[in-house]
Amino acid sequence: MFQNFGEMLMLLWRTAWALPMTWRQRRKVFDQLFEIGNASLLMACLLSFFIGGVLALQTGPVLAERGLTNFIGQIVGLSMCRELAPAMMAMLIAGRIGSSMAAELGSMTVYQEIDALRTMNINPIQYLVLPRLVAISFALPVLVVFSILVGWLGGAVVSVSNYQIAISYEGYFNSLRDGIDLIDLVNGLFKSAAFAVVIGLVSCHQGLHTIGGPRGIGRSVTKAVANSIILILILDYFLTRLLMHLDR
Amino acid sequence: MNATAQQGVSLQARDVCKSYAGQLVLKGIDFQVERGEVFVLMGPSGSGKTVLLKHLIGLEVPDRGEILIEGQPIHSPGVVDRYRLAMVFQSGALLNSLSVADNVGLYLSEHRLHPPETIAQIVAEKLALVGLKGIENKLPSELSGGMKKRVSIARALVIEPQLILYDEPTSELDPLIAVTIGAEILRLNQRIHVTSIVVTHDRDLAFGIADRIALMHEGELIALGPPDQVKADPHPLVQRFLQADFRFNPESITP
Repeated sequence: MFQNFGEMLMLLWRTAWALPMTWRQRRKVFDQLFEIGNASLLMACLLSFFIGGVLALQTGPVLAERGLTNFIGQIVGLSMCRELAPAMMAMLIAGRIGSSMAAELGSMTVYQEIDALRTMNINPIQYLVLPRLVAISFALPVLVVFSILVGWLGGAVVSVSNYQIAISYEGYFNSLRDGIDLIDLVNGLFKSAAFAVVIGLVSCHQGLHTIGGPRGIGRSVTKAVANSIILILILDYFLTRLLMHLDR
Repeated sequence: MNATAQQGVSLQARDVCKSYAGQLVLKGIDFQVERGEVFVLMGPSGSGKTVLLKHLIGLEVPDRGEILIEGQPIHSPGVVDRYRLAMVFQSGALLNSLSVADNVGLYLSEHRLHPPETIAQIVAEKLALVGLKGIENKLPSELSGGMKKRVSIARALVIEPQLILYDEPTSELDPLIAVTIGAEILRLNQRIHVTSIVVTHDRDLAFGIADRIALMHEGELIALGPPDQVKADPHPLVQRFLQADFRFNPESITP
């Protein structure tokens, strides 16, 4: 475990060192961005709409019983911004994009494509890891913004249409506007950028350390997704504590 | 490119040992390959030829011993970057996401050595050299095993290497193409004096192109020398490998 952690830190260091080469690899970064957006945007919107909806459905009636329906926009808004959108999108991306990164790099490792790059004096970190890590670090925060907006909308639709809550759109969005600051959005974006680096690192590391044939690739994919999700949840706790501390 | 860059490099393996999961795969390999030499490594499957080849190009680090290129350890910082080395992998190892043209021109485009039009021209030239005209836009998944191997050879030739390592260059090829590849290895050697190290089971190819042959068995070199000397080597394992009849004999099959 500690060896893996050390290797991932080394990979992060080498990728950070290669960052000035990003412009040169821009075509690959755009390809990756397109792949991430194409594979995830629709699913992210669908997921976020229902997360916002469920949140309103769970909290709305309880608030209504106590005459606090005016706070529902605030609750949905804050939860989506600070916690649910970054964490849920990160898990979605770990499953959809992290797995595909691990599989692609794993297959390149097993079938000696990485060795071939090295014999041509092409650095696999610059050529393969850097574009993926840059693309995911940019794409996940953007997806989180979409997710927050769609989640707010999902919460609004449920709050207005549910007879137990029965608040107007105006009331919902007024409550949301009163309860949300720019810092809450920044909070969520900061978390999502950190999660993106974790997903990219774990997935690329697993892919580059794949051994064996197709079975090894399968193992790498499973490990990439499982380890990413575990690390996201652990990191989420510590980032939340840090950000709460900074908020004070 | 300067004059020395066009010549091959010398390579030396000094007491190279390597083990994987406690199993010793290379047991103190020692030999030297001179500049411009065609050096053939032969031996039965599992004797450690491919592992040795990966050490020779710096893809693997030996547990003990060292590989010297032009007298300098290959793993010393910056040493390997000074020379143009190429390897033709047994499987071809083409990048599946790139077209044939992009694969062959990858070295030139990534290192920005020529404008795209010149790269396209060089790629077409090298593909024609291995008998694969007009397949630039195909993907590796659309090629047969033999075609992948030839594309891989074209990719290596594009580098204009000083040292080229071939891992089973004629496996999966039909006899006609195998002869062409053998001839191409020799032609390259004569034209730019590239140092070539060829791993093969193909005895005809080995004795046809080699300046020297090394025979490996279970991680050790059991014979080393010019083809005639190796042929005459009295070591029983050498004789068994060289004189074994690999032709299929239907009469040997019992129902």
